[in-house]
Parts: sequence; structure tokens; C-alpha cells
Amino acid sequence: MNDLWAGLSQAFLLLVTLDADLVEITLRSLRVTLSALAIACAIALPLAAFLAVRRFRMRRAAIAVLNALMGLPPVVVGLVVYVFLSRSGPFGVFGLLFTPTAMIIAQVIIVVPLVASVAHQSLRELWSDYHDLLISMNATQFQRVQALLWDGRRALLTAALAGFGRAIGEVGAIMVVGGNIDHATRVLTTAIALETGKGDFAMALGLGFVLIALAVAVNLAIHWLGRTESEGRW
Amino acid sequence: MQLFPLVAQGAQVRRRGKVLVGPVDLSLRGQGTSIIIGPNGAGKTTLLKMLHGIVRMNGGSLDWACPLEEAQKHQAFVFQTPVMMRRSVIENIAYPLRLTGLSRRQARAQAADWAARVGLGEILERQATMLSGGERQKLALARALVREPQVLFLDEPCAALDGRATREIEEILVHAAGSGTRLIMSTHNMGQARRLADEVIFVLQGRIHEFSPAAEFFAGPETAQARAFLNGDIVE
Repeated sequence: MNDLWAGLSQAFLLLVTLDADLVEITLRSLRVTLSALAIACAIALPLAAFLAVRRFRMRRAAIAVLNALMGLPPVVVGLVVYVFLSRSGPFGVFGLLFTPTAMIIAQVIIVVPLVASVAHQSLRELWSDYHDLLISMNATQFQRVQALLWDGRRALLTAALAGFGRAIGEVGAIMVVGGNIDHATRVLTTAIALETGKGDFAMALGLGFVLIALAVAVNLAIHWLGRTESEGRW
Repeated sequence: MQLFPLVAQGAQVRRRGKVLVGPVDLSLRGQGTSIIIGPNGAGKTTLLKMLHGIVRMNGGSLDWACPLEEAQKHQAFVFQTPVMMRRSVIENIAYPLRLTGLSRRQARAQAADWAARVGLGEILERQATMLSGGERQKLALARALVREPQVLFLDEPCAALDGRATREIEEILVHAAGSGTRLIMSTHNMGQARRLADEVIFVLQGRIHEFSPAAEFFAGPETAQARAFLNGDIVE
């Protein structure tokens, strides 16, 4: 219990004094996570709409694989990305290992199946409503995907927020490919792991509370911007 | 673009081994209003959707006077339960125009004009999902008519509407027919059928039992089933 109070007071102190390290780590966490989320959404949302609209052989299998990939172990993803980006790997020449870019790549791989799967669930329902109408209007496949993405945008926000939650709290993969290097690749989660390893539970808890506050703040901000609870709006 | 005659020969729709509609042999001319009547489950909706092309046929043929792709561009469909896109009234009506490549400004201008014609001019920015049943059906009609289709299919457009809303919808339909739009519509309302029909298609168990001019049909149907149906008897 003492550790909890110490953590809370530590978190309060870090926030009030705008600790330089904390600000740097927090901004890096946000930069890595939001970049990964933006790239993941750009891939996952059209993919989800395509899977909802298009009928093709092995479609059910593709959806099943996508759902299964939601449970990808982050450490394994990190390991695979590490192998690909390491000096002897196929993309070693780019020198991306132990950089924020490598962390973004790993997070994109982890987040895409989650966002695509959650988005597909809501777009599938929307498509069952729109199916006859859009076919009747002679909408092309591309126009159907566009309509689903636009009209389902508020439901898709939930998918994006799920992706954000997964990415901001991720530690295994980004530890492997980022290396938790001070002033270079250290983010909130890897910093927490480091402080816990050092036995500084108060600092670790303080960073943890900051992480939770950050996640809640971003969620609330996106909900507010998207006006998801406004009456009669989608 | 000449769409008619629309000729169906042995057209059939089957699902899971069960024949829903057909075989249908039918030839529709380019003028007037055709009303499809028949008991529940007779296949009216499936017949309409088959003619419009949103239900796949399993046999027979359906030929327009022009290539199918061209014919599809000049058709519209109004569903029994109007599908409201998750947009405002004006964006719903403008959507079919946007699909044709019209700019947003032009599409909205035309949509506003059509909304005013059907009595939705005061609620252009309201979310379509917030509309009443009558308003939804008016929106669906405006959305279908905004591209000025040559043929409009309607599946019981006044089902679940009160008398006033039904009259308003009928006025829009009469005006559309007067402007040259060919109407092919199903209904359960015999009063409506008498008011609007130029010809009647009586459907029973997925087949066309009778197809005749409205005046002849309502004066004396040829088949016993049609007579029984008009008398309000249960026909299966």
C-alpha cells in the first residue's frame, strides 16, 4: 500500500514539475503510438470494408485468420521484426533497428489485425443494411467501400481506440526492436519495465499512472472530437 | 435511351432448392403504372427485385431493349423499409448524384430541390435516422427520383403509413408517372391499386396468375384465385 501512495505522489510530483525526462518519454510514446495507429488504420480500415463488401473464395478463412492474428504474441512480433531489420537481415541496410521507426513497424503489425477485426464487425452490420440499396444504385466496389467507411466512421473510432489501447500499452515488441535506449527509444512502458527491474517501484508506479492518465485523456479527446454520444449522429 | 419492352422468359429465382419466383413469362411496355398484388409470401418482393436485378436469377432470361449496364443506370428502387444512410437528409438525397461524379455543390443543390418537392425542404440537415416513417419514405422516394430514372420499382412504399402520408406519397408517384417515369410497384392496399394502376399483375405462389389492364382486372378477374383475393378471401 505504501508503494501505491508513493507511486501516486511520485506521479503527482513528476506531472507538477513537468519532469524533463517524463515529458520526453511521454512525447515519444505518443509519437510512436499515434504514428503506428495512423498507419495501421490506413491499412486496416479499408481492408475491413473490403472484407465486408467483397465476396471471394477463402473470404471466411481470411476473416478467421485476421481474428486469430489479434492474439499475436508481441514478443514474437518483435523477434521477427528484429530478424528482418538486423544487420544480417533483408532490411538491415536501412539501419532501422533500435530506432523509433522499428518500434512503429512492430506496433503496426500488432495493431492492424485488431483494428481490422473490430472494424470488420461493425462494417459487416452496416453492409447488411446498405447491401440492396448500394447495389440498386449501381455503386462500384470502391464507392461501396467509401460509403461504409464514411457512414461507419463513428463505429470505426471504437476500432481505432482499441488499437490505440493495445499500442500505448505494448512493451514486449518495442523492447526487443527499440532496445529501451535512453533519449532514443525509451517510452513509458519500457521505462516502467526498467524502473521495476531496478526496484524503484514508486517511479515505476508513477510512470504507470501517467500512462493510464495519458490513455484515458486521448480516449476522451477522440470521443469529444468525434461527438460519438451526440443525439442522432453516427 | 429506350429501355422497354422488358421481356422475361422462364425467369426463375430459387433458394435452397425452393422456387421463390417463376417461371415468369412477362412483357412490360414503356408506359403506365404496373401494380403487383398478391397475398403475403406470394413472391411480389422477389419478383420486383428480380426485375430490377438485385436478386440473382437461377434460370430463364430477362431482357431490356438496351444493354443491361445501360438499363441499370436508368432504374431506381424504393424498399418497403426505407434504408436510411447515416447522413443528413440532403446528403442522403444527394448521394446517388455523387455516385455519378457530380460535384458536391451541384448534387446538394439538386437534392435540396427534390427535398422541397417531397416536403422535406425544412429539415435538410436533420439526420435521416431521426425521421418519422412517412418522412423516411419521402426521403427514399426523393433519393430514387433525383436521378430521374426511366423506371422506378417500389416495394409496398406505403406499408405502415397512415392515410395522410399515403396520400402524400401517392401524389409524388402520380407526379413522377406524369413526368414519364415508368412505375412498377407492389402493394397490399387495393384502394391504392385501383387509384394508381394502369395494369395489374396478380402473383400467387411465385407465379403470375393474371396480367391484365386495371379496369378489366377490377371489373372481373379471369381466375378464381384473383376473384377470391379481391373479395378478401384467404388465397394460398
